[in-house]
Amino acid sequence: MHIVDGALAGPVLAVGAALAAAGVAYGLKKMDYDHLPQVGVLSAAFFVASYIHLPIGFSSVHLILNGLIGLALGWAAFPALLVALILQAVFFGFGGFLVLGVNTFNIALPAVLMYYVCRHGITASSPRIAGIWGAIGGAGAVTLTTLMVAGSLALSGEAFWLAAKATLIAHIPVMVVEGFVTAAAVLLIRQVKPEFLNIPEEWQDA
Amino acid sequence: MPQFLEHSGTSWKGQRLKHEQSLIDSLDPRLRVVAAFLFALVVVSSEQFLVLLIGLATSLLLARLAKLNFKRTLRRVIAMDMFMIFLIIMLPFTTPGEVLFSVAGLPASKEGLLHASKIALKANAVVLCLLSVVGTMSATTLGYSMARLRVPDKLVHLLLFTVRYLDVIGQEYKRMRRAMQARAFVLRTDRHTWRSIGYLIGMLLVHSLERSERIADAMKCRGYNGRFYLMDEMVLARQDYTFMVMGALFLAALTGLNFL
Repeated sequence: MHIVDGALAGPVLAVGAALAAAGVAYGLKKMDYDHLPQVGVLSAAFFVASYIHLPIGFSSVHLILNGLIGLALGWAAFPALLVALILQAVFFGFGGFLVLGVNTFNIALPAVLMYYVCRHGITASSPRIAGIWGAIGGAGAVTLTTLMVAGSLALSGEAFWLAAKATLIAHIPVMVVEGFVTAAAVLLIRQVKPEFLNIPEEWQDA
Repeated sequence: MPQFLEHSGTSWKGQRLKHEQSLIDSLDPRLRVVAAFLFALVVVSSEQFLVLLIGLATSLLLARLAKLNFKRTLRRVIAMDMFMIFLIIMLPFTTPGEVLFSVAGLPASKEGLLHASKIALKANAVVLCLLSVVGTMSATTLGYSMARLRVPDKLVHLLLFTVRYLDVIGQEYKRMRRAMQARAFVLRTDRHTWRSIGYLIGMLLVHSLERSERIADAMKCRGYNGRFYLMDEMVLARQDYTFMVMGALFLAALTGLNFL
């Protein structure tokens, strides 16, 4: 999902950086100091979890999990993902420096959108329906991210259109896997620690 | 899964990676972050081949000066190249222009090939520079230097927290995976695998959250009042000024070369 430095056009980089900065600023404002350890530890957990490679036929995909990040953190997903991307770029050489803004925005905005779309769905009393909403959150976030990555490429020049389409097609298996995994994670968290997904404790009694 | 593809967070050693002290480490961390940013800016906005080649050569020199571990760096640079390889391969065929050669009836244009090689040069130059100039400092130092560069302190603290707990959570993940392996769990392409991994991630998050609650309590117990104090003093020394002047001249020359 990372775009490297040098591929995107200047205006795309600038707009991406500005939008990401706005998102991070808003996310930081919404996150008070008491939640700092929580967001930090979760950011680390996602960093580790997003490196799990799952086999698909002869190849493998790694999870992105931005849907689950969004469901758990809401707007704080912006700073959390920016931090993860900085660490990846600086210490692992993934992505680049100037594209940090675009990459953050492409991954974090779908996370926040899925938070708003699915946060009621995952509190449904039937586990089946909640699981379906979880799957929508996981698959939807990856789909949106892929669309935005393809869009950033397509905006940078007509020559990238084929690459943009290829990105879309290549990520279809990721969307499927991500949907199943997120649904399972949501169902487990609902059982074990409902307040984590901002679900009131009494939902089980209802 | 071949070993070399498992680069990454699960093998995150944080600050425990062996790294020899080098010339680069004697420079002020703030300066290194700013220099890497300016270098990336100049390289990415350049269009002349000569400039890009000089940029890549500079990055290679920096990597040498920073005494980067050759194998590790190569692995990372190749992993990054894998990200963009499809983009690079497709470009010559999608850019209209003078036909250079054709594969299976598809014409490849000279313009597209030039464009593709420019992207490859830029991406490699920036990543190598980043790994050697910024990647060689400890993550904590990076956080401090960001704070001194006026990055909002909440973001800096978030970074410091994340770095601190990456290793802890990574251990936790490995422990849970080992427990699954002990029960004969093998990754496959089926729903059972996906559900089990989903449960694993969910449990990892729950454990992490509970840990973070304990951390927050322990911090409050020691008088945490929503403020961190940066303990270090960063003062520019003589070699920093030398580097600043040389770097500025070099980047100006690099920018100037674009207009020749």
